[in-house]
Amino acid sequence: MSGGTMSNGRYWIAHNAGVLTAVVLFAVMFTLYVSNHSAGLTPAVATTAANKAVLLALVAMAQTLPVLTRGLDLSVGMVFVMTNCIASAIVVGSVGEGLLGVVAVLAIGALAGFVNGAIVVWGRLQPIITTLATGAVYYGIALFIRPSPGGDVQSDIADLLTGQLFGTVPAALVVLLGVVLVIWIPYRRSVLGRAAYAVGSNEQAAYMSGVPVQRAKLLAYTLAGLLAAVGGLMLTFNTYSGEASAPIAGAYTLNSIAAVVIGGTSLFGGWGSAIGSIFGAFVLRTIEDLLFVFDLPPLWQPLFQGVVLLVAVSLGAFRILRVRNRLELFT
Amino acid sequence: MTDRNPYLELKRISKRYGGIAALSEVDFSVYAGEIQAVLGENGAGKSTLIKIASGVTDPTEGEVLIEGRPVRFRNPTEAMRAGVVCVFQELSLLPELTVADNLSIVDPPKWGGMIDAGAQRDRARALLKRVGCEDVHPLELVRDLPLSRRQMVEIAKALGRDPRILILDEATSALTADDVERVYAIIRELKASGVGILYVSHRMREIEALADTATVFRNGRRIETFRKGDRSVDAIIEMMIGREVTHQYPDKPAPRPDAPVALKAANLSWGREIQDVSFDLKRGEIVGLGGLDGQGQRELLLGLFGVLKGVSGSIAVDGKPIALNGPRKAMRAPLPMALIPEDRKTEGLMLPMSVRDNMTLAALPRLLGRFGIDSDKENAAVNGMLERLRVKTPDLDAPVSALSGGNQQKVVLAKWLMTAPGIILLNDPTRGIDVGTKQEIYRLMRELANQGAAILFYSTDYAELIGCCDRVLVIYDGRIRRELAGEALNERNLLQSALNIDGAEKAA
Amino acid sequence: MTGVDTGATRGPSLAGRLGVDRSVAIAFGCILLILAAGALYSPAFLSPEYLLQQLQVGAFLGIIASGAMMVILLGHIDLSIPWVVTLGAMMATAMVGWGGAAGVWLCIPFGVLCGALVGTLNGFGVAYLRLPSMIFTLGMNAVVQGLMVLHTGGFAPQDQATRAMHFLAVQRSLFGIPNALFVWALVGLVVIYVLKRTAFGRAVYAVGNRESAAYLSGVSTNRVLIGCFAFSGAMAAFAGVLLAGYSNKAYQNMGDAYLLPAIAAVVLGGTNILGGRGNYLGTIAGVILITLLQSILSVMQMPEAGRQVIYGCVIILMLLIYGRGAKARS
Repeated sequence: MSGGTMSNGRYWIAHNAGVLTAVVLFAVMFTLYVSNHSAGLTPAVATTAANKAVLLALVAMAQTLPVLTRGLDLSVGMVFVMTNCIASAIVVGSVGEGLLGVVAVLAIGALAGFVNGAIVVWGRLQPIITTLATGAVYYGIALFIRPSPGGDVQSDIADLLTGQLFGTVPAALVVLLGVVLVIWIPYRRSVLGRAAYAVGSNEQAAYMSGVPVQRAKLLAYTLAGLLAAVGGLMLTFNTYSGEASAPIAGAYTLNSIAAVVIGGTSLFGGWGSAIGSIFGAFVLRTIEDLLFVFDLPPLWQPLFQGVVLLVAVSLGAFRILRVRNRLELFT
Repeated sequence: MTDRNPYLELKRISKRYGGIAALSEVDFSVYAGEIQAVLGENGAGKSTLIKIASGVTDPTEGEVLIEGRPVRFRNPTEAMRAGVVCVFQELSLLPELTVADNLSIVDPPKWGGMIDAGAQRDRARALLKRVGCEDVHPLELVRDLPLSRRQMVEIAKALGRDPRILILDEATSALTADDVERVYAIIRELKASGVGILYVSHRMREIEALADTATVFRNGRRIETFRKGDRSVDAIIEMMIGREVTHQYPDKPAPRPDAPVALKAANLSWGREIQDVSFDLKRGEIVGLGGLDGQGQRELLLGLFGVLKGVSGSIAVDGKPIALNGPRKAMRAPLPMALIPEDRKTEGLMLPMSVRDNMTLAALPRLLGRFGIDSDKENAAVNGMLERLRVKTPDLDAPVSALSGGNQQKVVLAKWLMTAPGIILLNDPTRGIDVGTKQEIYRLMRELANQGAAILFYSTDYAELIGCCDRVLVIYDGRIRRELAGEALNERNLLQSALNIDGAEKAA
Repeated sequence: MTGVDTGATRGPSLAGRLGVDRSVAIAFGCILLILAAGALYSPAFLSPEYLLQQLQVGAFLGIIASGAMMVILLGHIDLSIPWVVTLGAMMATAMVGWGGAAGVWLCIPFGVLCGALVGTLNGFGVAYLRLPSMIFTLGMNAVVQGLMVLHTGGFAPQDQATRAMHFLAVQRSLFGIPNALFVWALVGLVVIYVLKRTAFGRAVYAVGNRESAAYLSGVSTNRVLIGCFAFSGAMAAFAGVLLAGYSNKAYQNMGDAYLLPAIAAVVLGGTNILGGRGNYLGTIAGVILITLLQSILSVMQMPEAGRQVIYGCVIILMLLIYGRGAKARS
């Protein structure tokens, strides 16, 4: 007979193997980093690392949701940069005004995501080309607001969220935890959240089963925009300015895809978790820091990072070793 | 007794896809507490009927009524809310999700707005118990279940929706005999509690066992509805194919034991699916692979064509050993090999591409001139095949998706005939094909054999195997259990061997 | 009697054929629209000299789009284009110094070869490792970037372009038509020939439509994949070589501005992003469309912000007109 909690636990581990691998990988690399860092694991070191890593983690979380539906969002980096620029303009003034500005920025990010979803769902266009085009639009908006880098941000909020809580815990991590608890967990366990997995697994079967396919996709893309906006806000709190930088936007988009893959989410949809993507992002960031700590000549760093990225995504190739029927190789 | 007002009624329903009428002016009723069988060849309109009844698609014309009220199902959910639940042939399960998730994919038990995983697992256990699948754990992923278990989960899912009308579309095709009995019991229970059942199947025996009434469809029209027992099997078949049942199979020549061996397989093994299979395939003969579905026949054909990795044993073509590492190798064997695959839509054809492009794909090296593809050679070859196989197509450049199933299969055959194969492997080639085309395929096979080809033919239809093949290898559990030929090649022997209950060889 | 059934469905076949041609027609129609709009804004827009200049710049995009199209026809995507463009430029200009006397002759083929090599590696990852092309070419892009950073030592490269490169990219030899256009035309003719007349071209469409069916029909799908990715890399590098000739040297990030326009040009030309459908005429239309769009925006002296927004909106609009998928309910 089916067992109680013990065999349920066995299944939980099997279903989350990818995430656990990413966590272990991160733990190993971070330990390596900290043990070789001249200062060790001080709150300051942790906070600097966390502030940088959380930015990519948020954008990676954003990317995860459309990927679950077997889609893709190539505009997350642009929304990230766009909300950064908008925040540098309206999250200013008193704390109250700043908070209002925060709400407005989040709404704008969600709106950008909703537009993506609307074009994919009602326009029936492919996600890749849709988000490629909307990304250009969002970048244009960013450029319009900040033709050159500048602006400011509400300093009280910024200091709070980029500093430490109780003198030890990096506030950025608390923000990330908050996002996970308030957005990801409820989403994951909601009907529309599970519907996203269903759509990615087999959209036709999902439709025939009565799954709300359209609403699932719309929500996935909208939340992606929202999460990217949280990232944009955190970037503003870190840099105290807004910059419409295409290279940064592009780098975040591409790294978010890599983080999603490293975190165990399948690019074919139906499988994965935003928590895996968080640790995938942490792994990527730690690699950069490791290169610094090991005194790798700066000239070699981009190459090394590129190779590591390539190797990390190539790990998915191991599935072909298990294939016995060559027809299974073709999607 | 049945309530004489139908629960579900379709009035003057027509459905057109482009220029093709899948259903024409069909009146159809389903009554509570009654089991109605739906019969018809593939292409007769059964699946379209089901799609309309279950809300997957809209009719082009006509009305759908529930308890006398006209309704319009905008999606399957609305049909389910009206009590019409369907167990689909292609399965509506999500492979990457757990059994528990799948069983409660719509309207799951909730706690505080979120899905209550514990209650969901309990619900799953209850449903699994109802269909006799307690060995399936609710947290197991559907993609890890074998097909028979998946079908039972699909049935459990339908039961969980509390249907007033349950539609079963070929729902027992992969089930074991025990599971089939369990499903029958469930169906009879539902009937007793007032549920109306619509049962689509090709298996006459099932229909005789279960149905109260039966309806025959042909070419998109409802031909007749009758109570069980009112029509003989022959009359039913006649209704289904529209003409008298005639001698369908071409004559078989006398056996030639001294014909050269085209393909010699020795000790082929692959996992548990193929176990120590050895046989000879002579030129000029048609050898059939028989046995129940899923005993390794399909894998054997794929393995012979080089598609499987890690096949042990050896194959010799025309006396010379060949390595089994891909279709290209098989096509370049001393006697070129060809495989007509199982699913023509995903393995045999590129549906959006033209008839011409599909037909010439395997034989392109033969159609080259000095500057690439020689269009004169190409057109001549294609037109030749169109004539020889009597393919019906608007023109050469039409996408092959516009053709009927039978003509699509002819394009697949044409593609391979262009390579002038010496060994032809056929993986259930007549599945989903109209009777007329089937007969043409039988004739073609015999013609090719008479011209010297060696043919290995897998079919799920015993009548076909008996009618077409010179001898049949019955496969059970990956092994060849028995070879039947001549007088011994009859339905009773085939069935007994397939079920591994031969008189001479009891299962170990 | 060849079995032609005139009673059978004509609907889908006609639409199927028209589907591709329709998008090409619309693309060319939009080109005319843009030309008209530009003429309204300023009569100089329609001057042959200006148009030829635009086409010259468009030729570079056209060459990149040719390679991108082959990969997209397979149902894949090549995101390593940005840094392979730069790779081609830098390797070609560097070869001048490395190769000694022969260097001047070797530099263009060497640049192209480097691109083809990267493309082959991409193809290998997709064909043999069966990794999603999006993520593998992304990683490859980062690796090539790393290599180029190493090569230049972080500084702007000092190598000069050769006269040959300059000749191809900038000069006009026949009738005042820029050589670059002839180069693009040559590439285009090769692509058209391969796609229409060769077994390889058929195989590309087959693999893009249904790789499993192509495999079972004896097509060497791995060779087709590698071939197209190698071609895409070679074309990106070749465009980089020409761009170096155009500006007389190579520089960092020179390829970044070409990825989105190349993909957009291919898709606007009617090629299905999922693969299996498309013809080169459409890509030509798409390239001209994008080039003219970019030029009209710069003639209007639209700031970059506005250009990006209009750019994105136009692409979405055009795809909504002819690039939509099928409805879930048929």
